[in-house]
Amino acid sequence: MTAATAITAPGLAGPATAARPRIGREWTLALPLATFFAVFFVTPLLLLVAVSLYADAEMTRFGLDQYIRFFGDAFNLAVLGSTLLLGVKVTALTLLFGYPLAWLYTRSGPRMQSALILVIILPLLTSVVVRTFAWIVILGRDGIVNNLLLSLGLAETPLRLLYTEGGLVAALVQVQMPLMVLPLITTLSRLDPNLLDASAALGAGPWRGFLKVTLPLSLPGIVAGCLLTYAASVTAFITQSLVGGGQMLFMPQYIYQQTITLHNWPFAAAISIVFMVSVLGVVMLFNLLGRASKGYVHA
Amino acid sequence: MAALQSARSFHRPAPQPAAEAPAGVAVTLDGITHRFGASTAVDNVTLEIKAGELVALLGPSGCGKTTLLRILAGFQAQTLGRVVIGDRVVDSLPPAGRGVGIVFQNYALFPHMTVAQNVAYGLEARGAAREAVRARVEAMLGLVKLDAMRDRFPKQLSGGQQQRVALARALAIQPSILLLDEPFAALDKNLRLDMQIEIKQLQRRFGITTIMVTHDQEEALSMADRIAVLSRGKLEQFGTPEDVYDRPGTLFVNGFVGSANQLRGRVVRASGSVAEVALEAGTVLTAVTPDAALAAGDPAILCVRPENLRLATEAAPQQIAGTVELALPLGPVVVYEVRTADGGQVKVTEPRVAGAALRAPGTPVRLQPVSPQTCRAFAVPAGA
Repeated sequence: MTAATAITAPGLAGPATAARPRIGREWTLALPLATFFAVFFVTPLLLLVAVSLYADAEMTRFGLDQYIRFFGDAFNLAVLGSTLLLGVKVTALTLLFGYPLAWLYTRSGPRMQSALILVIILPLLTSVVVRTFAWIVILGRDGIVNNLLLSLGLAETPLRLLYTEGGLVAALVQVQMPLMVLPLITTLSRLDPNLLDASAALGAGPWRGFLKVTLPLSLPGIVAGCLLTYAASVTAFITQSLVGGGQMLFMPQYIYQQTITLHNWPFAAAISIVFMVSVLGVVMLFNLLGRASKGYVHA
Repeated sequence: MAALQSARSFHRPAPQPAAEAPAGVAVTLDGITHRFGASTAVDNVTLEIKAGELVALLGPSGCGKTTLLRILAGFQAQTLGRVVIGDRVVDSLPPAGRGVGIVFQNYALFPHMTVAQNVAYGLEARGAAREAVRARVEAMLGLVKLDAMRDRFPKQLSGGQQQRVALARALAIQPSILLLDEPFAALDKNLRLDMQIEIKQLQRRFGITTIMVTHDQEEALSMADRIAVLSRGKLEQFGTPEDVYDRPGTLFVNGFVGSANQLRGRVVRASGSVAEVALEAGTVLTAVTPDAALAAGDPAILCVRPENLRLATEAAPQQIAGTVELALPLGPVVVYEVRTADGGQVKVTEPRVAGAALRAPGTPVRLQPVSPQTCRAFAVPAGA
């Protein structure tokens, strides 16, 4: 954060003093992207809100019926709840596995680092569909995990791994891992190694040094990583559908069903809005945490 | 001061007044060698540091001084050799177990903690009681005159204040030795002198054995009781500032500490630690040979400091003739660049008195060493 402001600040101050009359027109550079967003993001979003306000599936009259219907049915709330909870589980596990990986990266030599970064980035270079199908191969009845368990005698019959929440969480953790690890690497790399040396010389063991120095100073990275992972995993339609199968229903499939299968566009729009607002709420909560942590890290 | 008294009794059975006898511990580096892969960073360095002494490890970057400091602190394990602090061999101890206070070049203050929290860190890590921590933090902040800054964050402090916090944090744990890594490099020149005086006073008051790494010879000369000059991992000389400056033991020390005219010549006669060297400029000068390895006929480099040359008015033996090429009045002294008969250049400094005229370029002059002891002849190093 500080680095970014340090870099932009002189750039902003320079032209402002040197060429005052031009300052007012710089915003025009943002116009192409702003136009694109207005046409392809804001307009559809407003349309979505408008559609959600139709009272009936045939879209003949307006009313808040769809929202009343959503909140009136415990089933809908359960789907929303389990989706938000799925995101929490995936984010927590991704952080648990991603943090040591990011830590290992910052402590490795240059050769090990390039090997690690390849491993970390690789999932981003393959399609989500391909990665998800790989998990089907791994978790299936005749998959790698089951074959291994059977041949080792650890299980007598193949375990049901696919189409379970555990399997889905495992797949999502792997698929979303780069989103967690990359921001963590950025923050951990910026940590002054002398800080941990100082901590050790002052008599603190490695755990104390980690909890008191490394962890608090890496909070901005943790918050950024969690935000990305959470937003990506609750909306991961493909992985949720393929690994979760028909047994578990999460918001993205629910919306899909309502639109494509049942053609109930107003209800689909309404639950999309509810879902979006809920995720936004969680994200904002995270952001608040992040702002608080940045505040004291860079105070 | 009460806290300081208890600090002392922690290390010694009988408490002693801090200002009188130094209460530090002796430190021995015994045949330390450290290799990074194929390259040798520290090559068989042995140093015996007395209790309460301030020793500077001086050398250019890459001479191994920082590696030596990191080995002392326990951040790095040496390849060979022993480190003894007090009467303990500490080689197998982690940094936390060595009781070493260290001030880093960038201070390495914890940015997310206040000044008071920074100073308290080591005490809390050692499990000190809350009240004891508070009292000790107060005492340390008083010592470095930062009472008013206790709730500030490091970013809100000036460089000098940050260094004081780092010092207070290091001393709070009552370390047996204090390590300073280029402590003044990040400070501007005026502040540097103030902090040098302050640290020297604190060091005297605590009587704490202190080892300071620096590449700045003036800093080493002004602060240290003894200086260890290092070059390419090897110990070149270990002695008092006067020893190192006035009686440099090697060509490297002569050139690195202070400035020196290096004049090439050939040994005419050598006996014991004295040799007569015929310079390429034509003059024969008597010089001391610290390594005593020179024999008649050997090529040699004769070193003489600019301030140890006099501009003679009348002709005498052992003079180098030349003409003034350039005069640089530096305030208290004038530096003359003199061109000798063989085309070489010799620098000479002369005290400057207000109103005195400078010698104009082109003036013929005669340079004479103030005494044979100030001329030192060394063997020509391989490849030079």
